[in-house]
Amino acid sequence: MSDATSLIFGRLGWDALPFWSMLHDHSPMTVINGVIATGAAGMVVLGALAAIVLVTWLGKWKYLWSEWLTSPDHKKIGIMFIVIALVMLSRAIIEAVLMRVQQTFGLDGGFLTAEHFGELFTTHGTIMIFFMAMPFLTGIINYVMPLQIGARDLSFPVMNQVSLGLTAAGAALVMISLVLAPFSTGGWTGYPPFTELAYNPGAGVDYWLWAVTLSTLSSTLTGINFAVTIFKKRAPGMKLFRMPLFTWTALCTAILMIFGMPPLTVATGLLALDRYLDFHMFTTDLGGNMMNYVNLLWAFGHPEVYILILPPFGIFSEIFATFSGKRIYGYRILVIATMCIAVLSFTVWLHHFFTMGQSAHINAAFGIATMLIGIPTGVKVYDWMLTMYRGRIRLSVPMVYAIGFIMLFVLGGMTGIILATPSVDYQVHNSLFLIAHFHNMLIPGLLFGMLSATNFWFPKATGFRLEERWGYRAAFCWIIGFMLTFFPLYVLGLMGMPRRSVAYFEPQYLPWMITAGIGAMVILCALLCLLMQLWVSIRDRHANNVFAGDPWDGRTLEWAVSAPPPEYNFPVLPEIYSIDAFMTEKDRGQGWQAPDHYVDIEMPANSTMGVIIGITGLAMAFGLVWYMWWLVIGAGLVTLVAVIARGFVRSTTRTIPAHEVQRSHEHWLEQVRRTNPIDRSLEQTTANHGRPVPPIEGAVQ
Amino acid sequence: MSSTDTHALEGNSRHPGLNLGAAHAQEEDTREEMVFGFWVFMMSDLILFGLLFATYVTMLGGTAGGPGPQALFELKSAFIQTMILLVSSFTFGMASLALKYREDRVRLVVWLLVTLALGLAFLFFELKDFHSMFDKGGVPSRSGYLSAFFSLVPLHGLHVTAACIWLVALLGQMAVHGLDAPVKTGILRLAILWHFLDIVWIGIFSLVYLGGLS
Amino acid sequence: MSVTGRTRYFFRQGNRYVLLVLLVLLSGCGADMPGFMNPQGQVAEAQRYHFWIVIALVMLVVIPVIIQTPLILWRYRYRGHAVYRPKWYMSRWLDITMWAVPILIVAILSVYVWRQTQELDPYRPIAGDQPPLEIQIVGYDWKWLFIYPDQGIATLGQLVIPVDRPISFSLTSASVLQSFFIPALGSQIDVMNRMVTRLHLKADHPGRFEGKNMQYNGEGFHRQRFITRAVDDDTFAEFVQRTREQGRPLDQDTYEIIAQKGDNRDVARALGLDTRDSDAVIRLSSVPNGLFHTIMDGSPIDWSALDVSPPQLGTTRTSVIQNPSNDDTSSSSEAASSSHQHRKAQP
Repeated sequence: MSDATSLIFGRLGWDALPFWSMLHDHSPMTVINGVIATGAAGMVVLGALAAIVLVTWLGKWKYLWSEWLTSPDHKKIGIMFIVIALVMLSRAIIEAVLMRVQQTFGLDGGFLTAEHFGELFTTHGTIMIFFMAMPFLTGIINYVMPLQIGARDLSFPVMNQVSLGLTAAGAALVMISLVLAPFSTGGWTGYPPFTELAYNPGAGVDYWLWAVTLSTLSSTLTGINFAVTIFKKRAPGMKLFRMPLFTWTALCTAILMIFGMPPLTVATGLLALDRYLDFHMFTTDLGGNMMNYVNLLWAFGHPEVYILILPPFGIFSEIFATFSGKRIYGYRILVIATMCIAVLSFTVWLHHFFTMGQSAHINAAFGIATMLIGIPTGVKVYDWMLTMYRGRIRLSVPMVYAIGFIMLFVLGGMTGIILATPSVDYQVHNSLFLIAHFHNMLIPGLLFGMLSATNFWFPKATGFRLEERWGYRAAFCWIIGFMLTFFPLYVLGLMGMPRRSVAYFEPQYLPWMITAGIGAMVILCALLCLLMQLWVSIRDRHANNVFAGDPWDGRTLEWAVSAPPPEYNFPVLPEIYSIDAFMTEKDRGQGWQAPDHYVDIEMPANSTMGVIIGITGLAMAFGLVWYMWWLVIGAGLVTLVAVIARGFVRSTTRTIPAHEVQRSHEHWLEQVRRTNPIDRSLEQTTANHGRPVPPIEGAVQ
Repeated sequence: MSSTDTHALEGNSRHPGLNLGAAHAQEEDTREEMVFGFWVFMMSDLILFGLLFATYVTMLGGTAGGPGPQALFELKSAFIQTMILLVSSFTFGMASLALKYREDRVRLVVWLLVTLALGLAFLFFELKDFHSMFDKGGVPSRSGYLSAFFSLVPLHGLHVTAACIWLVALLGQMAVHGLDAPVKTGILRLAILWHFLDIVWIGIFSLVYLGGLS
Repeated sequence: MSVTGRTRYFFRQGNRYVLLVLLVLLSGCGADMPGFMNPQGQVAEAQRYHFWIVIALVMLVVIPVIIQTPLILWRYRYRGHAVYRPKWYMSRWLDITMWAVPILIVAILSVYVWRQTQELDPYRPIAGDQPPLEIQIVGYDWKWLFIYPDQGIATLGQLVIPVDRPISFSLTSASVLQSFFIPALGSQIDVMNRMVTRLHLKADHPGRFEGKNMQYNGEGFHRQRFITRAVDDDTFAEFVQRTREQGRPLDQDTYEIIAQKGDNRDVARALGLDTRDSDAVIRLSSVPNGLFHTIMDGSPIDWSALDVSPPQLGTTRTSVIQNPSNDDTSSSSEAASSSHQHRKAQP
């Protein structure tokens, strides 16, 4: 390559194209893997093109730009976060299925190369954690939390845009790596020295490094934003101990993000210094020490686990209460338990590497600390059961997920305690048992929580219910698919099968692998069911509209406004007197009232900061991956100028006049009055337009 | 639902460092949020430095036969940097007082400029230090210990650089918009950052320089 | 094997697999199960025991949830006629119980964990009638080098250990992080460059057990396997003797081949050995003195300084290490030399 080309393209060459090796080497393995990789790249390129063509054809560029990309509205940003999460979820599930299929045929071989398999498990893990789970829960908190505390927006709407931009940039980088390969094979944890330049000189690790770094920065900013919002923007009377449980878990998660993300920033930052500037932090030679990385990574990694699981705990708390038609049992205890978990989560990181040769006392101490987390978690599970106890339980789609969660999660908890026992961990560490355990926590816990939340709050966000029949199918496919896929992995782990193996040589593994492969197919069906559900719901949106805003006889403030809510959320900020604020209003017959007078509302103005930072972030990361220094410097300068220029902007708000607020609010109230109130037996029918009958029927107080 | 204003209910948490004038309750709430948010960010940043300090300590033994602190550090220069930074914190304090109690902008700008000059002087001495370390073979690629040093101390330097750029930007904003509320909040937040960096530097000076030379 | 071939193979074997699936699923944790469910050493046996104890204790919390959730769902179903109390949210006694039970269980578990963790600490030597056998292990990219310092021999691909005699492993890596593991015998331990980790195991029964690397280290990771052969003392002595006689010395050329990326079979092929042998065992008759520690220190192995340079020159040093082993199996001299080795290993 000539100097000029390398100045422009860095180390990016033709061999980065996924079909390149196929052209030179015609062995069946190369061809098969080349075809798979090219197919994936093709899907990315075609997907992007299709999106562009579609928007152009619909003539919606201006709408997209002014109503979405530059919108500071927390609700729209939340939805965009969730869209990113769903796109990435689809990709990561397809990758998971591919890995399961490979291992089904993996006795003595299979059809994937080890390299390809390595990229698959690395992208699968990285995407699921950083570009599925994080954006998903960030999106849902973004959407719901301000509504629940009676706020009009987050504290820092523009920073929220920037968070979205950074996450989008990271996700885009991972997607680009399919077209301009390869990605890292170092696993989502990226342990050095394997990920050091000496052992992995290619662009793969750098893709991983910068994608994760972008996501980390995004999450740190998000955490600050959420915490400040919850502390400072609650409606009058919304004391901390009147906040809905979901908001409580959002607060704990935000605090964990603030303190838990910096260790990862340090870890990836130092690894980047090693790789780019010849530092020796984690190298094998010249005094580097990879154990520092492992400690830093898990000092992030364990709080991260609770960043992921606490919001679902909050979601399930809301769902159990709502669909049992009953106040949550032990509200205060649940809050305290959440806090306990959040604090304890910082004290257990070492259980991720009991086998690293530290003293038995240290291992035992961390093992016991880990088990302590089981106490508040167990209490939460009992609280949820007692919330259903003496209620009137409707088995809606979110509730099916919640039931699946509660039954499967305790099993995962049990295997967690097993892993926390150092003496047993020496056997099952790094094995498929571990994989089964954390999928047992993250699928029933996190993913069911997110899907449950989507079914629960979708009508609030869009104004129409998600179709239930396909919803049930998806939920059952998820539950069954999960059990079929991951229970065999427990057994395989007990038989000593290492994680991340492309192939194996023990015929005893095979039956379990086949079962897991079948399970993966069921999960694929679940994904298809979700897509069908979305499609059918959009098709039937008029029949299922819930403009009145309260399709589930909700308890918290977000159900007190129209669906979808107006940009400013509340025409006047509500005043809160108890927990379950909206339910209290309904009980007293004070729901859906017009305020005495309206005032002008000041809302944040549109801003291009998110888009700018997203693009420059992506450009910088891409430049760093391929050593295109001009791109790095250029994008860096643009970022700097943009940030400084933003400081000079003074017209950061726009005012919505009182009469406009009044008009739209009164229009909604009129609609609510016209809506026929229904009782809960009609909840899933087209009769449900978002207004429940008052008060709760047949209650013994 | 009642139409009670937020500020009637919980309005007594005005930020003491601000002087935004009367009858700007809404404005003050926004500013209060920004300052609080910045504190939260500082906590996150503090974790970053804390972890780097911890990493540095664990890497003390990783000199791999290369030069150690005794061979590389000069107490005099580090002491000069410390004094410069401490004085700059003082001058920033004077600027903050001018912001709060004085109407004339000149005093504020002068103190800020003095602070900026001190910040730049600090950076100059720090770079000079690095240069002399490089001359003595103290480059980050030499050993794990030096890598840890160069991941900790220059990060502080980068923070100071960013703070200087921010200061210049704020002066620019003041020139364009006058001393309005966003500029005041900006100065307040920059002050937090500046004092924070001072504290971090005291940590670096005691742990890295004094600890290394003792 | 080509992919189509493999697919055909799979379908041809289909019936057998279906049968196997049923059999294994029916028999639950069948006797055929490899790993610590079928322990062959005292450590693995204790681990299996802990495993079931922990499950039994945690079940006290889990079972109520699994049983009661469906019951509650049925009893309080929407169309049921059970009592409905939407404002009920608190019961002191229930609260006390649901905190007390998990706390109690965790307390019991904690005591248990504290004790067992000390007892099964891989660094803790295992008591036995005989002095422990020292084995040094170096992890390379996709193979393990087993050095028997007291015997002056080394092997790749096969770890031969005497049954009923405690084994004391010292491990380091010449490459990235790895994890050494013989499931049937007991604990795994991480293996790191520039660091020595320790592991103590003992085989209670003779047999052949799978050994593997548990920590991903590149494309050959899944092939980084070996067979552990637990044999009686005579067979072990015979193995040592045969290795000395039939093996090749670990000279610089051999070492360079080992240090390259590749699995056991690649090494065997490069050395011109018979690769049809499914285990691809490579026997090394002599090892430079202190090789393990040189690798651990990370000083590039300077063969001339080591003074053992390859066969034709290997006079003085080679004989030094071979001397004690030529006195051979008198166990007292072995014990002496092993403790000597030990002190050097842990300054």
